[in-house]
Amino acid sequence: MGFASKSPWVIHYDASSCNGCDIEVLAALCPGYDVERFGIINTGNPKHADIFLVTGSVNEQNKPVLQEIYSQMLEPKVVVACGCCACTGGVFHDCYNVLGGVDKAIPVDVYAPGCAVRPEAIIDAVVEGLGVLEQKSEALKEQQKRGA
Amino acid sequence: MDMNFFLSTIIGTLCFAVLAPIVGCLLSGADRIISARMQGRVGPKLLQPYWDVRKLLGKDKIAVSGSEDTYINLALFFSLLAGGIFFSGGNFLLVVFVITLSSLFFIVAAYSTRSPYAEVGAARETLQVMSYEPMILLMTVAFYQVVGTFDVGGVMLMNHPVICTAWAAFLGLLFVLTIKLRKSPFDISSSHHAHQEIVKGTTTEMSGPTLAKVEIMHWVENVLFMGWVGVFFVYANPISIAVALIAVVLIYFFEIWIDNNFARVKWQAMLKWAWIAALIAGGLNVAFLAFM
Ligand code: SF4
Repeated sequence: MGFASKSPWVIHYDASSCNGCDIEVLAALCPGYDVERFGIINTGNPKHADIFLVTGSVNEQNKPVLQEIYSQMLEPKVVVACGCCACTGGVFHDCYNVLGGVDKAIPVDVYAPGCAVRPEAIIDAVVEGLGVLEQKSEALKEQQKRGA
Repeated sequence: MDMNFFLSTIIGTLCFAVLAPIVGCLLSGADRIISARMQGRVGPKLLQPYWDVRKLLGKDKIAVSGSEDTYINLALFFSLLAGGIFFSGGNFLLVVFVITLSSLFFIVAAYSTRSPYAEVGAARETLQVMSYEPMILLMTVAFYQVVGTFDVGGVMLMNHPVICTAWAAFLGLLFVLTIKLRKSPFDISSSHHAHQEIVKGTTTEMSGPTLAKVEIMHWVENVLFMGWVGVFFVYANPISIAVALIAVVLIYFFEIWIDNNFARVKWQAMLKWAWIAALIAGGLNVAFLAFM
């Protein structure tokens, strides 16, 4: 295992979540689940983050915000859609203003369903994301070697 | 300023550059575990800070400003040099100035990114330097009065440790140490934790390898500052070195405890209390040593 997956720092963005999923994301960081055991830190800064946790569905208002945060993150990076809303639009999927899941705005690597998504599901999704992170980091190393 | 001084400084700096990041990394790992335990969590592994830095080094290189990396390199270099001078027994006053130079380069690096968050962070970092510097300077003066020289090596010829007659200055140092270690309640320029009102303050725009160097610099600084704490206990008796090490461990634990139990203050309060501490603890100690 490389170092990319040993210290996954996350950034959490609430696209248009009802706050149910947000609370679960934060619960994962609290003593009950304590994800810092795996080196996971909530950074609140896209430039420092490796994993992008998005809750809630995408609409025209937050689409550019999501894309901005995503583009500020450095490779290798992974996006995890947390909750049914973030996966597909969920209960809000046919609202007039809702575009759908997070993948309507940025590429999503792992989907964590649930309404609200359970902290266990978030941790599982992040652990799955670590595999993707590792692959991307290998790819980046290859690319840098060829570039140099 | 003879050949010996240069030679010992160069060798000291090289040794420090190898050893301090290792010790600093372990200190930082222990800090995170102890902090987690104080919060009722299990916390990360001891080597987590090392893994963090290795990961950062492997990230893509993107800099918002062309000069930011150069400033950080200089900041890291001067922090290593300060440690080298200190641990090879060099001039204490020079150590203080060189480490301040390192802080200044760090501030300039933050300003150079032109991000509003980083700029506020840099402004606050400047205030932090302003807050702790008077106390640090008074501490070196007290050190000179007790030992008779600014050379750190001078303590080895003493027949009692510096703390016996400079305990007030030592308490003052402990007060500003919280600022120097960037711990709560004085972590106003850049917090270790997320969701500060200025994002990550000084390091907001720094990423990947540049951020890794900042981390290493913080480790190195912590080792140097703990050295300052230790030197108050060392004298001609070799056992005193063991006593100094125990004192350093206790003080470090104390700092972690403070970090976890006090909420961040505003800069006005930090400046006021740091200067009051400097005036009372540092000023009185220096006056007492001068006139008694
Ligand atoms: S998935 Fe459910 S809990 Fe989560 S944001 Fe949507 S409606 Fe709220």
